[in-house]
Amino acid sequence: MSNLLDLLVAGLATGAIYALVAVGFTLLWQTSQTINFAQGEFVMLPAFLMLAVMHAGAPFWLAIILGILLSLLLLGLGFKLLLVDPMLRHGVLPLAIATMALAIGIKEAVKQFFSAEASPFPSIVPAGDVSILGRVVSLQSLGVLALAIAVVIGLTMLLNRTSIGHQMQATAQNPTVARIIGVPVERMILLTFLINAFLVALASLLITPIYLAKFSSGEVLGQAAFIAAIVGGFNQVRGAIAGGLLIGVVDNLAAAYVSTQYRAAVPMVLLIVIILFRPQGLLGRPEERTV
Amino acid sequence: MKSGFFAGLLLATVSAAAAFAQGAPIKLADVAELSGGGATVGNNWKNGIDLAIEEINAKGGVLGRKLEVTHADSQSNPGVARAQVQKALDNEPYVLLGPGYSGSVKVTSPLAAEAGIAQIMGGEAAELTQGGNKFLFRTSFGQQSSMPKVAKYINDELKAKSVAVVWVNNDFGKGGRDVITKEFAKYNIKVAADLSTEAGQADFAADVSKIKAAAPDAVFIYLNEEESARILKELKRQAVTVPLMGETTLVGQKVVELAGDAANGARGHVGLTTDAPVDLVKAFREKFVKKYNYVPDHNGLKGYLAIYMIKATTDKMGKVDSKAFADTLHGLTIKAANEPGILMDVTFDEKGDIDRQGFLVEIVEGKQVVKQVLPKLN
Amino acid sequence: MTINGKYWRIALGLAVIAALIIVPMNFNRYGLYILSQWAVMTIAAMGLNLTLGYAGQVSLAQGAFVGIGAYAAAIMTTQGMPLIAALGVAIVLCFAIGWILGYPALRVQHHYLAFVTLAFSTLAFLVFRNEDWLTKGIYGISGIPRPNVLGFATNRPLPFYYFCLGSLAIVSLAMWWLIRSPWGRAFVALRENPVRALSLGIDTRRYTLMAFAIGSALGGVAGALYAPLTQYIDPVPFNLSLSLDLLMMVIVGGSGFFFGPFLGAMIAVLLPEWLRFTQGYYLMLYAIAVMLLLIYSPTGILGILDRYLAERRTKAASALRAVTKSRLETAP
Repeated sequence: MSNLLDLLVAGLATGAIYALVAVGFTLLWQTSQTINFAQGEFVMLPAFLMLAVMHAGAPFWLAIILGILLSLLLLGLGFKLLLVDPMLRHGVLPLAIATMALAIGIKEAVKQFFSAEASPFPSIVPAGDVSILGRVVSLQSLGVLALAIAVVIGLTMLLNRTSIGHQMQATAQNPTVARIIGVPVERMILLTFLINAFLVALASLLITPIYLAKFSSGEVLGQAAFIAAIVGGFNQVRGAIAGGLLIGVVDNLAAAYVSTQYRAAVPMVLLIVIILFRPQGLLGRPEERTV
Repeated sequence: MKSGFFAGLLLATVSAAAAFAQGAPIKLADVAELSGGGATVGNNWKNGIDLAIEEINAKGGVLGRKLEVTHADSQSNPGVARAQVQKALDNEPYVLLGPGYSGSVKVTSPLAAEAGIAQIMGGEAAELTQGGNKFLFRTSFGQQSSMPKVAKYINDELKAKSVAVVWVNNDFGKGGRDVITKEFAKYNIKVAADLSTEAGQADFAADVSKIKAAAPDAVFIYLNEEESARILKELKRQAVTVPLMGETTLVGQKVVELAGDAANGARGHVGLTTDAPVDLVKAFREKFVKKYNYVPDHNGLKGYLAIYMIKATTDKMGKVDSKAFADTLHGLTIKAANEPGILMDVTFDEKGDIDRQGFLVEIVEGKQVVKQVLPKLN
Repeated sequence: MTINGKYWRIALGLAVIAALIIVPMNFNRYGLYILSQWAVMTIAAMGLNLTLGYAGQVSLAQGAFVGIGAYAAAIMTTQGMPLIAALGVAIVLCFAIGWILGYPALRVQHHYLAFVTLAFSTLAFLVFRNEDWLTKGIYGISGIPRPNVLGFATNRPLPFYYFCLGSLAIVSLAMWWLIRSPWGRAFVALRENPVRALSLGIDTRRYTLMAFAIGSALGGVAGALYAPLTQYIDPVPFNLSLSLDLLMMVIVGGSGFFFGPFLGAMIAVLLPEWLRFTQGYYLMLYAIAVMLLLIYSPTGILGILDRYLAERRTKAASALRAVTKSRLETAP
């Protein structure tokens, strides 16, 4: 029993990481039907931007600020203007393929201009453990979990309590109608891209001390987050969070109780079952638009 | 008179050609995992090669000729590796270098053997040198030589009767796991838990809780550096106190750097390490860090040694002869006193396997401490 | 004009075929290997093009089907069975699995096939890797023999290339026939206007399923050729990234165009080879090239051609209209 609790806590900690990355997936999908296959690389890159700033001699806090600004510029504005805008009206698939190419490009660029080696990354959360109800939990995992919760609360407040949030929701639900009632749709879409860029930079800051800064670390993350988003519901922020946590926990339980060789299979079976019986995802709403 | 003139001209031409041949660079071809899952392996290997070639060329080359290498990317994919090796062989290199993944070695070694070109590679799977290939050479211990030493230590020194085995599920990890399981059987050591993990896995909570449940006398960990560091942290968090034993990767400097004090107490057998208490190895490490700004793993050493193997063999032959190369290297002993670049005395047997000293080390307060030097056999 | 165009096209086709046969004759082993790889990947991409381009379904498991075909060929031929038998098994197995996967997925909702195939891709990889007794696991299967075709051994690179090219020709002809058959017309009707197709009495689900299963079977064919090409297989090449690569080939070539997969596979297999002289930058440049191409023409390479031809046609038509109009005006 105590074993099970340990596994649950560890699963939630990993799941919170997936959840943070998955939120961005759902945001981009809702407002602009963008499936970003480079999302994992988007999380990997800001850590390297921060490391680059630090290598230039800047202190850690300045590196964080500059890293976040750079990722807003590159992964938010640049991504939207240079890749998404020209391709958006041509449907979902060519853009999805272009993001796959982008993922290769980012990985190769980091490997070429930085290193193929994993680098350690300083943690903003102290690297100790705390004891909660007799379980030893690392502070880093708690930090990720706390941030994931803060993101859900923050985004929900933004979407439901502010007028910008209402405009964003209108944009997501029906851009044509939104435009008619005077919502600056373009600006709202840009805003989601900036929010995504901000989130991946935050995720990068929290995750990299655990995952290490490595050009390939986005692959596992991106795929896990994509699956989390499908399981939880592609069109709801809270769905992505639930999906992420669920995948994290299921993965741990599978390794403990099914088979370590087939641990990756269990989330996939879960995915298939959910699609068959609840295609919109656990917390998603049925899609009205055809894809 | 006339014929004399022509004879003179001919002689001049011939000697000019000979002089040209003397000056022409020796072509080497490297095929390695420069991108994809094995990129860390391949890039270390490549950097080691480049460093050694730079040194040798700065000192006038091999038999007065410069070394020249082309690097090709296998994308960590055996199919691509095969194509790139084919391409490299079509250009008739002196010696083929790489690949590092055992699967890629397996698919490319018949091609090199067919072309009669020696292949110096980084793969460690036991079976590679057991198929009677006369052109294949290792740069490090194969698992069939390193694992028996680990098993012996676990039996003799740790007196463990049951061991949990944690391995990474690729050809490197699976190969090691298969060999050590066989060795354990010889000592009647029980495998209490047999845990496969994924490359790039971040969360070892489930694996460690399985180890705890199995309550073994020792844990054998055979993972890559990053995963080694993560599982060490998790073992500490879940308060597993039995001895932790590994091979090369577990006790590397990188793992210590990444795992912090969770690495204390980990032990391992090490064949090639930049932490070896050998002055030449320390000097190599300094040169490498100066050029590339990071501490190489054993793959960096392997690439470096591969080039010095070529130099020593060629010096021994006294000529650049691709066909005689493999024959000369079989049974050759290279002494570090004569060829400092080889770092430690080494002997190659008829199969292309390696004999060299090894170390048993333990991490004490964040430092590798050599507990035992396992001497070279011959 | 149209007749002329038709002759031109036939002449061009014959020239390309002749070039594919004659030019590689004095290629080195490496060049032949790459070209054989191109032929094999084209077959896999043609299958995916049927699923994606004609039936409008995204499959993220084409790489897994190539894997199933490759393992069928590797296991059977190393046991001494002929490749043709393995080919049959690969086709039947991939078709059946495609059907079983597609049936529930398409029942639920139109585009959920993509997600189910994504999951299947990972499952297939795990089976290849973990079931040692069948697939020899991560160690892979080596020593895969190359077949004898009509009494000719294909051990040497050139005969094996012709074997791959011949297979590609047969698959292409079969595909050409399929697309022109009533089935093929139903596939196109589905893509162009599913609602109308439904109202015309086409059982859309069944035809979509059929297209996916046939496309998957072609993945199996490609796999059965891939195994004797590399003569060694392990699970790693058949992971999700192969499926994504194949998807990229189809889109980059031009999905829904008959010759799209040929060009897409050429870009994916040959472009990185041409860029290799840039050393460490080659994959980066490849990625940038793909992005630029898709930004310029989201419908792929053949999309550019199509657009160009359509423009010329409109220009010609408007010129014709202008002439007729001026004639009408000048007419008394």
